Amino acid sequence: MKKTYSNDNNSVNEVMLADFASEELISVQMPLFDEHHVLHELKHYLPAQSAIKDFIHHNSLHAYQHLKFYEAIFKASKIFGYQVTLQLQEFRQLYQNGRISEPVLERVIRDKKGAGQVALWKAKLISKQYDTSNTPRIGMLRANWKSRFNIDLDERVQPLLFRVLCSYLDQGISLWQFPTGNKGFLPALRALESNGFTSFFKTKRAKNLLLHGNCDISHLLKMVVGDEAWYEQYLYDQQFSHQGWSGIVSAVEDKPEALFDTRKISLHDLIVFELLLEIDTLEYYFGNGWEPLCSRVDTPPVHLFAAVPSTELQEVFTLWQDAFEWSYYDDVLAGIEMGAKNRQQAPVKKSFQAIFCIDERECSLRRHIEQVDPNCETLGAPGFFGVEFYFLPENGKFQEKLCPAPVTPKYLIKEFGANEKRKHELLYTRHTHTLLPGFISILTLGFLAGARIFLNLFRPKMSPAISNAFAHMNPRATFTIENQGPDDRENGLQIGFTVAEMATRVETQLRGMGLISNFAPIVYVLAHGSSSANNPHHSAHDCGACSGRPGSVNARVFAFMANHSKVREILHKKGIEIPFETQFVGGLHDTAADEIGYFDEHLLRAENMPLHFANKTAFEEALDRNAKERSRRFASINTKMHIKKIRKAIKDRSVSLFEPRPELGHGTNTLCIVGRRNLTKGLFLDRRAFLNSYNYQTDLEGALLLNVMRPLGIVCGGINLEYYFSRVDNYKLGAGTKLPHNVMGLFGVANSSDGDLRPGLPVQMIEVHDPVRLLIIVEHFPEVVLKTIQSVPELYEWFINEWVHIAAIHPENKQVFYFKEGNFTQYVPLKQQIAPAQDFHQLIETATEMETNHITDATRENLPVFILN
Amino acid sequence: MSHLLQFFILIPSVGFLISLFLPRKKEAILSGVTLGTVGIQLVGIVLFIAWWLMNGFPTLDIKQIVLYKSPEFEFFIDFYFDKITAVFAFVGAVLTFLVAVFSRYYMHREDGFKRYFCALLLFYVGYNLIVFAGNFETLFSGWEILGITSFLLIAFYRDRYLPVKNGFKVLSFYRLGDICLILAMWMSHHLWHRNITFAEWGEMAAVQELFQQHYAPAMFITVAILIAAIIKSAQLPFSTWLPRAMEGPTTSSAIFYGSLSVHIGVFLLLRTYPFWGHEWIIKTIILATGLATSLVATGIARVQSSVKTQIAYASIAQIGLMFIEVALGFHVLALIHFAGNAFLRTYQLLVSPSVLNYLVHDMVFHFKPRPANEPNPRLQKIKHALYILSIKEFNFDFLLHRYFWSPFKWIGNRMAFFNSRWGFVFWMLVLVSGVTGFLLRENLGVNLFNALPILFAVLSLVMVLKGFSERGDARRAWIMAFSSQFMTAIAILLNKDIKWLEVALYLGGSMSAAIVGYLCLRKIKSIEGDISLEHYHGHIYEQRGLALVFLLSCLGLSGFPITPTFIGIDLMFTHVHKGQIFMALMMALNFLFLELTLLRIYARIFMGQHKKAYHPIAFKSS
Repeated sequence: MKKTYSNDNNSVNEVMLADFASEELISVQMPLFDEHHVLHELKHYLPAQSAIKDFIHHNSLHAYQHLKFYEAIFKASKIFGYQVTLQLQEFRQLYQNGRISEPVLERVIRDKKGAGQVALWKAKLISKQYDTSNTPRIGMLRANWKSRFNIDLDERVQPLLFRVLCSYLDQGISLWQFPTGNKGFLPALRALESNGFTSFFKTKRAKNLLLHGNCDISHLLKMVVGDEAWYEQYLYDQQFSHQGWSGIVSAVEDKPEALFDTRKISLHDLIVFELLLEIDTLEYYFGNGWEPLCSRVDTPPVHLFAAVPSTELQEVFTLWQDAFEWSYYDDVLAGIEMGAKNRQQAPVKKSFQAIFCIDERECSLRRHIEQVDPNCETLGAPGFFGVEFYFLPENGKFQEKLCPAPVTPKYLIKEFGANEKRKHELLYTRHTHTLLPGFISILTLGFLAGARIFLNLFRPKMSPAISNAFAHMNPRATFTIENQGPDDRENGLQIGFTVAEMATRVETQLRGMGLISNFAPIVYVLAHGSSSANNPHHSAHDCGACSGRPGSVNARVFAFMANHSKVREILHKKGIEIPFETQFVGGLHDTAADEIGYFDEHLLRAENMPLHFANKTAFEEALDRNAKERSRRFASINTKMHIKKIRKAIKDRSVSLFEPRPELGHGTNTLCIVGRRNLTKGLFLDRRAFLNSYNYQTDLEGALLLNVMRPLGIVCGGINLEYYFSRVDNYKLGAGTKLPHNVMGLFGVANSSDGDLRPGLPVQMIEVHDPVRLLIIVEHFPEVVLKTIQSVPELYEWFINEWVHIAAIHPENKQVFYFKEGNFTQYVPLKQQIAPAQDFHQLIETATEMETNHITDATRENLPVFILN
Repeated sequence: MSHLLQFFILIPSVGFLISLFLPRKKEAILSGVTLGTVGIQLVGIVLFIAWWLMNGFPTLDIKQIVLYKSPEFEFFIDFYFDKITAVFAFVGAVLTFLVAVFSRYYMHREDGFKRYFCALLLFYVGYNLIVFAGNFETLFSGWEILGITSFLLIAFYRDRYLPVKNGFKVLSFYRLGDICLILAMWMSHHLWHRNITFAEWGEMAAVQELFQQHYAPAMFITVAILIAAIIKSAQLPFSTWLPRAMEGPTTSSAIFYGSLSVHIGVFLLLRTYPFWGHEWIIKTIILATGLATSLVATGIARVQSSVKTQIAYASIAQIGLMFIEVALGFHVLALIHFAGNAFLRTYQLLVSPSVLNYLVHDMVFHFKPRPANEPNPRLQKIKHALYILSIKEFNFDFLLHRYFWSPFKWIGNRMAFFNSRWGFVFWMLVLVSGVTGFLLRENLGVNLFNALPILFAVLSLVMVLKGFSERGDARRAWIMAFSSQFMTAIAILLNKDIKWLEVALYLGGSMSAAIVGYLCLRKIKSIEGDISLEHYHGHIYEQRGLALVFLLSCLGLSGFPITPTFIGIDLMFTHVHKGQIFMALMMALNFLFLELTLLRIYARIFMGQHKKAYHPIAFKSS
């Protein structure tokens, strides 16, 4: 029997589509150049990645999110030349080696094309020859410089442009900073240029334009392009010839505080300077009186945003991608449906509870701790634990935001009382870059450096140069968590939270997770962070819910709040009874080193102390097993070694300078499960699932569900899509291999001295990832889930436009309902039987290791769903 | 004792040869062979140095193998060992070993894992050839190996545009250094009438006397050596290649441009010091170059906002100081300075990615807002001017391009006429008249006969330049390049009595390479249709094997030490008279542009962004 839940929701969708259509018409038909509008749109399409010190995952194609997924990606592909799915050949190989299952493929074709079309389309998918090469539209107009004028403008302009930009934005690499950097970009250039001796330009004309002339973009474009109809396309071509640099300029323009040493720069300024450099180059090569670009372009190229025709090949890709995704989803849904029916009730008396971040890297640790201590209970919630604030480290000059990126907190928490001096690394001294002090330091430090390389190769250990997750805060320091009155403010922020504010946050958090009774004597609040050496992308491994930082402060703050007697009084009045014996303990899990540190242990009461020690032992064992599970993907570690040796090897990786893969970050993330732990307990999901605790029984109407679901699209969906796009096109949407990366100005990486910035993820982070979209599975009644996601348009967009899949598990009969085109319809998994896993150790020791990081080899490393006994 | 020296070349050579035949995917074996090779070498060098020290550190020299011998010419490999060799060999072995261990993990799963380790071993062969060399010929063969491995490792990410472009740029600088050495070798043949060994320079008085007697040729040799050293060590005005060489994996940048390769110029100066050490003009030039470089490079280093270029310029500045030390005779200090700089820069490059975390963290606690502007407006103007100049690297790149490379391209571009049918007829006529001239040499007037070789050398250079600036069919450029070698042979035939065997030696190697290379181009043309040199094609993505064969033929044709042409080039030069500096210069330029023409063809046809866009392709600017 097929049930359908549906609300009248189509209106949202239609409005959005209509909106888009009109926008497209305008940009195609309006001939006049509207600078403000064009720049606004251009910024929208540029990569949104800001300074790399706070790596915030986001959908790489965020500009297209108002479109359906497939429509959007093919459009982006045609316009900008991105590869947006795996290659056809790769899909076919995946099918041949069984990774895409035949029944699923047939089902996907049947659903989309009808039962009669299966054979036809299957033949097309498997064997029809297609021309898969893609000629993008971007760059076609500017290509005329080379073909018609015989000049490679980019090659002549870009090196200097990048150099000047990088020097201006530089945060602290150069010893001699941009002398006029406290001004805006163009004023700074003007101040520099008016020195009378030297110039960035080769010709007087460009210099005079900058210093005294009319620097309106349209005026400059008139000189360079000529025909107003092509201004817009020219600017797109120009800015997308170095989308990395344009992207960071645009990001810094929108959020200057992304840089510690703030800069006043805008995309407008960048364009003006670039156009001036182009004018300069053209003037230099062609002398006075050169003609603009359009003078020699007789056949204008296709308009960038003209409609993209749909092709059969696109449909083929669509079917393959769906089949690839459902080959895994089907297993998972079958596993959940089957497993959930047979699972026993958890014991009532808990030994301890531990709240982890929803991060999929904690998925395995939770499984292990549950196996080591079957009486414990683990929960998951976004790793800022519902407390949003800025953090000011002791002696620190800058506040760090510790909550999801879109949230703007009103609170400040300060660290004090530890008085620990930050250690320096002798070899990182800047003297080595100067002449005479450099000479002295080479004669002394030079030989120390030799010894250092030797030591780090054979005895890696933590040093101040390594990003240490535990150093984010000092555990011996005190925090200003409790607000002292209305005047207790700094920088326009309230210092600490009032008791009432604390209670609200604790209550929301506990209710969201469904943890409102049966408290164990100790509740651990475990944030996570990641230590790694020699890794500019280190913050991409930290907690996404804490703006790419370790969540240790949040864990400690939340534990403080939940232990606060007055907070508990308020909670008591609201019906959450936390027993007097129960204590909350903050902690931090280092996901690279596999270590856990606990905070404020001295506050534990005497009777809880021995329990804590017992729990710590259990955690240690779980960490050993977790290390072993992770080690199967690391070539340098033999999984058959003694488990303690594996643990040591894992720890060494996190402090080894030569290790480009200290951990694998969010690689392989595919699922997000919102529900009780029982739904997935005992399922082996191979660290692929974000796990968010939620108990529908405490929230039958779904009042709390929206709050739980709201961050999932932007956080988990963002992570998933960034991995997806970095995986399918690591050249254009990812950062390429890490090995040649050169740190630029402390805000980004480029491949070489003269290269474009490389936003996105490096190949070392994505090679284990199967590029599939996120599937969110919610344990609740389908109609409640539908109502919830429809209540906020920004949230609904993720699902209705298919950027993220969503399914509901009926909490009573455990049936699966899949959301498609606005309705939840029942999904009957094809898979009838999920294999039980052998022994955990055997599973890990016998798992295959990829031979190459090509998708067809790499995906073999990802294990199927097992039921653990 | 001295006969042990050959093993320090043999060990890495064997390692390199083994590595060539290992399967691409066996990472453990590939890195194991490399580690084993360099490890054995390291232990060997340490033991050897200990033994050598116990024996009172004598200067060792051995004439190893004679490769070619005629009454007036002898080409032999000679090894040499003194304290300079000891320091360079030791530091080289330690750093190569450390970098090999580092790379073993770092390069894991990288596309081109094998390529990397093979190139590293070949580099190490070249490095040892240089530091153990006992004569110019041996040194030069190592020098060429270093150049080509540099190109291969800078262009390691060959599917992107910038590494290929910059690899080629560095190659063109290196090749300029090569021809300086060729010229130095040529003149020294005439000075001594044989191939001199470095050991013979030990007799200071005799060398000094010779220098004074033949002042002009001796100065010519010294200046050529000096330019070669300046280029290889990135001193002014040739500094700009070093920051652009940081394109390969961080580890290869560290060992090449952080430590070993870049100090070879210093090595060359130390090695040749006995020859010119008494000549104050040369010392002054070196002092001035070193001083100017250290000051300018320090300025440029101060404004660098990316980690690797900062290290590059800081290192250049220190090498400038080393030049000063060498000129002043503080050689022990220079050696210590070299070792310290090599270790430090290797370390800094290897940990360069961690600078982000370290300095950002440092900012959190120690950030100071920028100071107010310079109060003195005039001083401020000067500072601003200097800042702009430093950002633009004092315009050296631009100036070199404009005043050195562009004129040659301009000449090549003017030769479009030769693309036509008449052009072909013209070349045929020239060839025929050349051969006729040679046959009738008895009957020609003396003046005419003396002018002919120079005329042919010039024509030969023009042909190469035509190939070098070719934008159309790659085969045309290839034929031009090869024909010019015929032309050179004719020029030499006309110049002096020369044995046919010697001409055969010279043309034999290049002829077979030329044929193989031409067949490769024909094959790729038949597969892909378009092989114009206007764009990069990136065909290595599909045609890996063909690309390798073609690369080998490029190297063979350009006189890389894999064919007899390598000896042949040296031989050709011995037949240019001492007084024919112009002719020697023409031929040297010919060899410079010959290699550039050939590798340009290789780069454009096989490297760069792949033309067929059915798979992800990098942006040109990345």
